[in-house]
Amino acid sequence: MDFLRPTTWEEALAAKADQPEAVPIQGGTDVMVEINFDVRRPVALLDLNRVAELREWDLVDGVCRVGAGVPYTAVIEDLGGMLPGLAQASRTVGSPQIRNRGTVGGNLGAASPAGDSHPPLLATDAVIEVESRGRGVRMIPAAAFYLGVKRNALEPDELIKAVHVKPASGPQYFSKVGTRNAMVIAVCSFAVALHPEERRVRTGIGSAAPTPRRALEAEDLLARELDWDTPALDPALLRRFGRLCAAAAAPIDDVRGTAEYRVHAIDVMARRTLTWAWNDYLGRRAA
Amino acid sequence: MRVTFTVNGREESAEGVWEGESLLYVLRERLGLPGSKNACEQGECGSCTVYLDGVPVCSCLVAAGQAEGRQVRTVEGLAEGDRLDPVQEAFVECGAVQCGFCTPGLVVQAHDLLERVERPSDAEIREALAGNLCRCTGYEKILDAVRLAAARKAPGKETVA
Ligand SMILES: Cc1cc2nc3c(=O)[nH]c(=O)nc-3n(C[C@H](O)[C@H](O)[C@H](O)COP(=O)(O)OP(=O)(O)OC[C@H]3O[C@@H](n4cnc5c(N)ncnc54)[C@H](O)[C@@H]3O)c2cc1C
Ligand code: FES
Ligand code: FES
Repeated sequence: MDFLRPTTWEEALAAKADQPEAVPIQGGTDVMVEINFDVRRPVALLDLNRVAELREWDLVDGVCRVGAGVPYTAVIEDLGGMLPGLAQASRTVGSPQIRNRGTVGGNLGAASPAGDSHPPLLATDAVIEVESRGRGVRMIPAAAFYLGVKRNALEPDELIKAVHVKPASGPQYFSKVGTRNAMVIAVCSFAVALHPEERRVRTGIGSAAPTPRRALEAEDLLARELDWDTPALDPALLRRFGRLCAAAAAPIDDVRGTAEYRVHAIDVMARRTLTWAWNDYLGRRAA
Repeated sequence: MRVTFTVNGREESAEGVWEGESLLYVLRERLGLPGSKNACEQGECGSCTVYLDGVPVCSCLVAAGQAEGRQVRTVEGLAEGDRLDPVQEAFVECGAVQCGFCTPGLVVQAHDLLERVERPSDAEIREALAGNLCRCTGYEKILDAVRLAAARKAPGKETVA
């Protein structure tokens, strides 16, 4: 096995181009489990920890750019104000030790349907910045990034550089079903983001289909029928929203839950998170 | 490969490290520091918790090469000579140790909590220790120990609920 230690982004891209089978390692919270259990024996590990710019975040032209190597702890502590949905989801990942090492970039690299960062990234129209030495930068919308179970849109010579998310203009909520409060992979999860200035609502469903996905028909329903000027959220509309979110899921039965349970839970979480977000929106409007 | 890093204030080198080897393995098997325990190797139990550049991590999930040139502090590095750290002392006094397997990880994690929060609430303690599994104590005595250590480290301060 090789252990590659680039210190700059250019060196990292060169290493990945020269040795596309090298496995990038950031926090290692997915990669090392696989190596420890001999699930994977990569020919080379490409350590990204020394590439300082991957650990940075900044605001560029009104968009928050989060380096692929920013650990969850930093997302929670530093970005909770701008990216409340992503921060809320980050808070549910593993344990403090896992959050100190694990990154959104690694979550995207692993592309597990159960990854907690995916629903909020979908609900906020996040864009993933990837780059290769040969073809330069590609900006991939989150909705186009997830291709299948643990498969993403990365080419073999590409690395994830950053995630671009607009700071929240309205309330955002994340909800996750698990068997206990900490250290659980989601049975299923749901994110909602209100974008009041554009009068639209975005969603993200986790762990209830081969890939994380949006509930497009449910979003369309709200685009048509949600009245942003009346205080009351119409209960009938809320029910239809929940049902359409559930209908967008395509879960399987597995050790963590049955498909039937997941569909039901998505319905409940969709209604709940939208209600939280709406009440929050009304509170801010009144303030 | 060869990996060189600082452990508990001393520069250490390990030779012949396999590229996929964990920091935990290097600490235990190559540097003779068996304090950090190996119980799951998948980040689930926290028994292998160490500080890496001041941040608690599961050393079983850090590739040894990632520690090159960095600072590691293990449970062995918390006591000063024969003087135990207040967290260690409180664990002993409160009977928070039975088989002791989880103890090093819990001590490091609790130590970090008390460095950041002087008088943590019970909810904060539970949250901080959520990644540390104990098979013996039932956690109550562990909670007692963290409360006692907090009271001793920051006397006179009130717990914020
Ligand atoms: C005990 C435990 C609990 C967990 N709990 C949760 C949980 O609750 N929710 C959750 O979502 N996840 C959970 N995870 C999984 C894991 O922590 C997350 O997926 C995390 O986001 C991975 O980040 P990382 O930096 O550690 O990734 P790594 O392990 O370093 O990498 C993960 C994958 O991404 C690739 N990769 C990393 N960086 C890049 C890059 N810049 N470009 C291209 N590819 C890259 C790697 O090659 C690998 O395939 C848990 C893991 C453990 C061990
Ligand atoms: S041995 Fe590392 S967390 Fe269990
Ligand atoms: S004392 Fe035995 S595992 Fe905790």
